Amino acid sequence: MKEITLQIDGKEIRARDGMTVLEAASKVGIQIPTLCYHEALEPYGGCRLCTVEVEERGRTNLVASCLYPVAEGLIVRTRTPKVDKLRKTILELLLAHAPDSPILEEYAKEYGAKKDRFEKHPSFCILCGLCVRYCAEVKKANALSFISRGTSREINFIPEISSKVCWDCKECFPLCPTSYLQAAYVLTQGLYSQEPPFEVKGLKGVTAC
Amino acid sequence: MDIKRVDEIIDKYNAEEGALIQILLQLQSENHWLPKEVLARVSERLNVPMSRIQHITTFYKAFSLVPKGRHQVRVCMGTACHVRGAPRVLDRLEDIVGIRPGETDMDLKFSLETVNCLGCCALGPVVEVDGKTYGRVSPSQVDVVINQYE
Ligand code: SF4
Ligand code: FES
Repeated sequence: MKEITLQIDGKEIRARDGMTVLEAASKVGIQIPTLCYHEALEPYGGCRLCTVEVEERGRTNLVASCLYPVAEGLIVRTRTPKVDKLRKTILELLLAHAPDSPILEEYAKEYGAKKDRFEKHPSFCILCGLCVRYCAEVKKANALSFISRGTSREINFIPEISSKVCWDCKECFPLCPTSYLQAAYVLTQGLYSQEPPFEVKGLKGVTAC
Repeated sequence: MDIKRVDEIIDKYNAEEGALIQILLQLQSENHWLPKEVLARVSERLNVPMSRIQHITTFYKAFSLVPKGRHQVRVCMGTACHVRGAPRVLDRLEDIVGIRPGETDMDLKFSLETVNCLGCCALGPVVEVDGKTYGRVSPSQVDVVINQYE
């Protein structure tokens, strides 16, 4: 494996070719905040909280460090005023959705993010995809997925599968940065343990919303 | 939908995982919507988890997971059609077929939907039924258009 030398926050660092900036930084104890990153999962790049400034051949750029590969001579800055401001805004946007998430609150303190900057949209899920990806990639159970798109995107358990496998697993619960995952699971269980609440076949006069 | 027909369509694509969207599109166009049993069959034959099928079928607007009528009526609500009176055309349509955009009537005859531009603004207000375009539709002509369909 080729060794690469790069600079992170002024420190010379050796890394393996193919590593991401985030991995190289955490190897030497430099902390970069993340929400959607998990070492057992494929990088996702969904939350953008791990954004850092990189400089290559005199050009600077803002990139997601959990996806950005290390390169020879790369200069990385993990805390610049620009980066901090960006993270603050991301946190404020996420807080509008999940105001009581412990990890968001913690980061908010560090970056001075205010909970009430944006109008509240209490969807509670921040769409980090940890639960969906963990279930698909690690457990290979595929009990839940994202449905819909854009602003109406949400997670959804498949009742037939989740009623069989989830009770004995629940490994995704502690991964969720909010309490939404658990709530969604309980709701699915509740609805499914009775008869399915609606009859799909031959449904007449339905609303497609 | 007949499971035999579902299998035929799947076989046409050699039950290849990569053809998932093509298969779903063909099922959608033949049946007008995708019932749960059909999706379960696709999942089983292509060896694709149901979660992924659910993700895809709810992502693209081309797919419907609820029954759709035999005729798909689209009313353009784009800027040009809007100023040329599309809201009044839509009102009249709603009155005749008895449903609002996004709905399907009891006899599964019509599904009504609004779209944001059909790409022929000079013809506005535009109504499209099963892919056939009707231009410069006035509220009073809506009846004539709709009554052609059984
Ligand atoms: S439910 Fe939790 S873990 Fe799953 S996507 Fe939403 S915030 Fe992330
Ligand atoms: S941790 Fe990099 S985008 Fe979420």
